[in-house]
Amino acid sequence: MAAAAQPGSPPLSVVLRGSAGRRRREQIIRAIFFGAASLSILVSIFIVLSLIFEAINFLAQIGLDQLVALGWFPRRGLFDLRTLFVGSVITTGIAILVAGPIGLGTAIYLSEYAQPRVRRIVKPILEILAGIPSVVLGFFALTWINPQLVQRLNPGAEGFNLMAAGIGVGVLIIPLIASVSEDAMRAVPRSLREASYGLGARRITTSLRVVFPAAISGITAAFIIGISRGIGETMVLAIAAGGSGGSIFQLNPFEPGQSITAAIAALATGTDQVRGASAAFPSLFFLGLILFFLTLSLNLAGDVFVRRTRQRY
Amino acid sequence: MTTPLEENMIHSTVAPPDPAVEGAAVAAPGRDAPIAVKIHSDGAPKPEVKGTPTPQTDVATVPVVRLRGMSFYYGSFRAVREVTFDVPKNEITALIGPSGSGKSTILRAINRMNDLIPSTRVEGEVLYNGEDLYGDRVDPVEVRRRIGMVFQKPNPFPKSIFDNVAFGPRVHGLKGNLNDLVEQSLRRAALWDEVKDKLKQSGTALSGGQQQRLCIARAIAVEPDVILMDEPASALDPRATLQIEELMHELEERYTIIVVTHNMQQAARASDNTVFLNMGEDRAGYVVEMGPTTQIFTNPKNQLTEDYVSGRFG
Repeated sequence: MAAAAQPGSPPLSVVLRGSAGRRRREQIIRAIFFGAASLSILVSIFIVLSLIFEAINFLAQIGLDQLVALGWFPRRGLFDLRTLFVGSVITTGIAILVAGPIGLGTAIYLSEYAQPRVRRIVKPILEILAGIPSVVLGFFALTWINPQLVQRLNPGAEGFNLMAAGIGVGVLIIPLIASVSEDAMRAVPRSLREASYGLGARRITTSLRVVFPAAISGITAAFIIGISRGIGETMVLAIAAGGSGGSIFQLNPFEPGQSITAAIAALATGTDQVRGASAAFPSLFFLGLILFFLTLSLNLAGDVFVRRTRQRY
Repeated sequence: MTTPLEENMIHSTVAPPDPAVEGAAVAAPGRDAPIAVKIHSDGAPKPEVKGTPTPQTDVATVPVVRLRGMSFYYGSFRAVREVTFDVPKNEITALIGPSGSGKSTILRAINRMNDLIPSTRVEGEVLYNGEDLYGDRVDPVEVRRRIGMVFQKPNPFPKSIFDNVAFGPRVHGLKGNLNDLVEQSLRRAALWDEVKDKLKQSGTALSGGQQQRLCIARAIAVEPDVILMDEPASALDPRATLQIEELMHELEERYTIIVVTHNMQQAARASDNTVFLNMGEDRAGYVVEMGPTTQIFTNPKNQLTEDYVSGRFG
């Protein structure tokens, strides 16, 4: 205070302005971080835009009536969307039918029944299972699930079929559903379980009528992530579902089929040169766009549901 | 230690176990049994006066729950050492004592809630109407149905008020009109008037005191015989605490209540009998003294008890 009054020293109003250089440095640092943040957003926007433009390009090249055809044979100009849509829905449906009960059962066992010692062993094993590369599971679905399981139950099943691929995807997402559901159930406060047991409820009643409903938002999230993963899964379907060059529209899960993802993989890795005058190449982007919107809307729906049903304790 | 104390225990006469109680009556616990025949030493029924010291008029009633040399272990650690006391029917028995004296452990041993904690073990006997609750063929689920529990922190289910109360009856497949049962339970818990127009609302939206009364209604709805209360008012404000205590007095007409409390005034105000526990050198809880509440608070036999109830330690 005394210093400001001394003759020769700059007036307080100048001192309080501080150093211009430091202010400039602050701004540069801010700009760098802003740049990093914008870059990731820009990349996303760019991807979506390129998807949209190429999809429009694709739709402009073919007539809309071509989107319903005998099947999905892009090199022959047959772009039957139903084939791929049905392929994705059937395989994901089968996957959820497999992984839902098994995953939930695992979660209930681990969260409500297992001794701590058992849980310490089983939980890491689950996580290892989650780390199995999907290409391995695809091969497993083709060479084991199909002959040993599917074709035994239905001898008429083809060598490649949607059922075996769906079961393979199911195996793939069991750990995901089990793990996320178990976390949700373990987060339910102990006091609620005690309330239930104190009323003379059995373990199964407590699990299903108290813990399960209290964890429903997390369990729903687990299923939505599972479905999302199932729709996005590529390798298992590309290997085990068949239809590598294309597929005829059909609804029988014991016949070969093709999902949206497998169709993209087949096109992008095809030995034929798809790039060129045909509409096959831009159809890749069109499928990508559809896939993007499917998973986006699933995630949004999941988010809304989780928000609406979340319990606070 | 227990022998000199036992003689001043509340039961000078013990009714022989009614054979009907052991078998058939458990289905409708206590409902058809004669209500709390409180017999005084002269045999004449006498209206009860709370808060008046009546050290010599031994009120003799049937003990519903009897602990006989019960010890409780967490792993190899003995948390409770050879506890023996009786809980008379249709009265309120308070368990008091400092932290670590095993009050809650004992309470939770009575309806086998501790079974939920791995590697715990009970020695000695916990008798309910003469039957050892830790007998080989006893199903803890059946025990908890007859011996209900209200917890320290109100823990309503995140369901509607109605569904909270109806949970127990539904689980046990109780016959009869559920609406009536819910209303009756809420009335007995002194909550009906406050919630009758919003039974569909979530139980968790109520105030703390209301939530605790909801939990009491929920416990009552399965028609238990005994209600265990683990510091039921410790999370509540003074007004809600008084409401709970009043409610306890109303409930003791139909139920036998065992309450753990840290609050000395609460034990003095709200209980008929008091068991004072302390933590021993071995860190195990044990019974120091027990008897009618008025005697424990006005004329304790043990110096420790006197020190504790007068607030000199604990």
